Amino acid sequence: MKRHLLEAADLDRADATLVLDTAGQIESALAGREVKKLPTLRGRTVVNLFYEDSTRTRISFELAAKRLSADVINFSAKGSSVSKGESLKDTALTLEAMGSDAIVIRHQASGAPHRLARWVKGSVVNAGDGTHEHPTQALLDAYTIRQRLGRLDGVRVAIVGDVLHSRVARSNVWLLSTLGAEVTLVAPPTLLPVGVGSWPVAVSYDLDAVLPKADVVMMLRVQAERMNASFFPSAREYSRRYGLDGRRMATLPDDAIVMHPGPMNRGMEIAAEVADSARSTIVDQVGNGVSVRMAVLYLLLGGAPE
Amino acid sequence: MSTLIKGARPYGEDAVDLLLDDGVITAIGTGLSADGAQVVDAAGLIALPGLVDLHTHLREPGREDAETVETGSRAAALGGFTAVHAMANTDPVADTAGVVEQVWRLGQEAGLVDVVPVGAVTVGLRGERLAELGAMADSAARVRVFSDDGHCVADPALMRRALEYVKALDGVVAQHAEEPRLTVGAQMNEGDRSARLGLAGWPAAAEEAVIARDVLLAGHVGARLHVCHVSTAGSVEILRWAKSRGVQVTAEVTPHHLLLTDECAETYDPVFKVNPPLRTDADVQALRAGLADGTIDAVATDHAPHAVEDKESEWASARPGMLGLEQALSIVVQTMVEPGLLDWRGVADRMSVRPAAIGRLADRGADSHGRPLTVGEPANLLLLDPTHRATVDPAALASRSRNSPYAGRELPGRVVATFLRGTATVMDGKAQK
Repeated sequence: MKRHLLEAADLDRADATLVLDTAGQIESALAGREVKKLPTLRGRTVVNLFYEDSTRTRISFELAAKRLSADVINFSAKGSSVSKGESLKDTALTLEAMGSDAIVIRHQASGAPHRLARWVKGSVVNAGDGTHEHPTQALLDAYTIRQRLGRLDGVRVAIVGDVLHSRVARSNVWLLSTLGAEVTLVAPPTLLPVGVGSWPVAVSYDLDAVLPKADVVMMLRVQAERMNASFFPSAREYSRRYGLDGRRMATLPDDAIVMHPGPMNRGMEIAAEVADSARSTIVDQVGNGVSVRMAVLYLLLGGAPE
Repeated sequence: MSTLIKGARPYGEDAVDLLLDDGVITAIGTGLSADGAQVVDAAGLIALPGLVDLHTHLREPGREDAETVETGSRAAALGGFTAVHAMANTDPVADTAGVVEQVWRLGQEAGLVDVVPVGAVTVGLRGERLAELGAMADSAARVRVFSDDGHCVADPALMRRALEYVKALDGVVAQHAEEPRLTVGAQMNEGDRSARLGLAGWPAAAEEAVIARDVLLAGHVGARLHVCHVSTAGSVEILRWAKSRGVQVTAEVTPHHLLLTDECAETYDPVFKVNPPLRTDADVQALRAGLADGTIDAVATDHAPHAVEDKESEWASARPGMLGLEQALSIVVQTMVEPGLLDWRGVADRMSVRPAAIGRLADRGADSHGRPLTVGEPANLLLLDPTHRATVDPAALASRSRNSPYAGRELPGRVVATFLRGTATVMDGKAQK
């Protein structure tokens, strides 16, 4: 694997499969153990550099690093030197001078991890950059699909919602198509990027037409603020046309699953009865996130110190 | 003091000698001699009229850490320029006679090029009410080009009034064409690459819609309009249509839009962030064709120096803009001359004659620019070695800033010497002060 994990688009099929397989091995290695910890990254330091609030992603990375016995430092932009105007570069060099081996970065600017990777010697893991990518989310989604359906090749995945602003959607588009899935994006045209035609996906504006042919439905979070910028007329209309409720769920094939990267807007893009149904993998996704992130850190940091 | 240039090829044509005396070209011919004259061996070099830039950001007053009139003037002279228009988005904004006279005076003191101030169209570039355009025109700076560059004069009624009002000043409004409501938060050209990179898109239509509106307004009121940094194929088509209808519209293209595409954004290196953004290869080809056929009148650099901290950041928080003065001619050689789209007379036309005419610099007597290389004309000229090729090293630039998008690129052509009214501002590729 490469030194950094910056985007899912970088991963070829062999690399992506290696991450998923490694996550599976880690999971079996830990299964049934009393102490859920491996000594692999003892003496290594992982910094969680979070410029956006994201409790669940940060905790997931923190747990992943700790279960590999790494030292973990959480650096939140709020209340730090960053809020005093320190630049990303200065912050990164400071952290590296303190001996960090890997930086896990969440940033509101697309491409921030790419910039960081040019300034530091250690590994950089993208934990979500602006509206660009969130590669570990896509890896855990792929892992979850494979776990539930036993395969990825030929699996029909519908990704529904605010694709335009979604880093989860972008990462899943690249990763799932690399792994052989057939992806269909479903959204109002206002929430699809100009240029989506060059992506390896099908596009539909009609959720009802797509659901009966979907093995996986991945619902994206839609922020109600978007309606103020006229991306759609109202939350109610959005929900009516693109929300997944019990009636729509009933049109899915028998084995189909429903996914959501969280946090959910219950009642907006997903109804409570769907989120809590047996088809829902939402809780599995959270658990798998830790295993997949352990696999990523393990593969990037290579186990032993250099 | 007189200078005898031996064996230069004016416009790339037959080699001749040129005698410069007292700021004027006093003789052109073969086998010239002059007692006491400084002799410059120009064998193999091409002589062109001194270049005129319609669009330069010199950052003074206000951001002297990024550029000063003096450092920008030095960069300009090294690029073969003898006159540059200094944009108004300084701090304070050049929206009064006082500020434009300050910039003009700083240019005279630096003495490397004629710095011609551009006046703001609206007070503080805010797009609300007209600045005192007449006072700036009547000042010592003799402002003829007015622009809110960096911002679009977006209000159509205000734009109409500005176009009309400057008719009395023999002026021109240079529009930064960008519909602001269509470019909120925009980071790069909107298309396949922005979709993938997750950077908010700047649609071509946001430029084209304003150009379409403004050529109609200029035609309606019979005023002159100049369009800054045209960047899309659609804009070229609209300009071609407007010119065919007799609208008094002129336009410029930047060197970077002639060479670079939005592919550069894939690095997320903000040195490639610029406004308007780098577009697609199809746009680049249309811009070259438009410049070749004269639909686009001029090459203008939009030289935009930025301090390191304003570029060494994540893309979205970086300032837009890139350096251009020192590489402009090289890029025109690479993109226009070498592919056969423009000959040397064409280069002189698009980089000297027409920009000088647009800025009303061609009829200022001894202070004129954009005049032909003939006897009796002001001795503003450059000598270019077209065979020289070198790799751009930002650290070696004269600009105070380092945000060159051409770092590491090999480009053709080297300005060996530049003369401003007969005085060498550059000799052997080095600034003379």
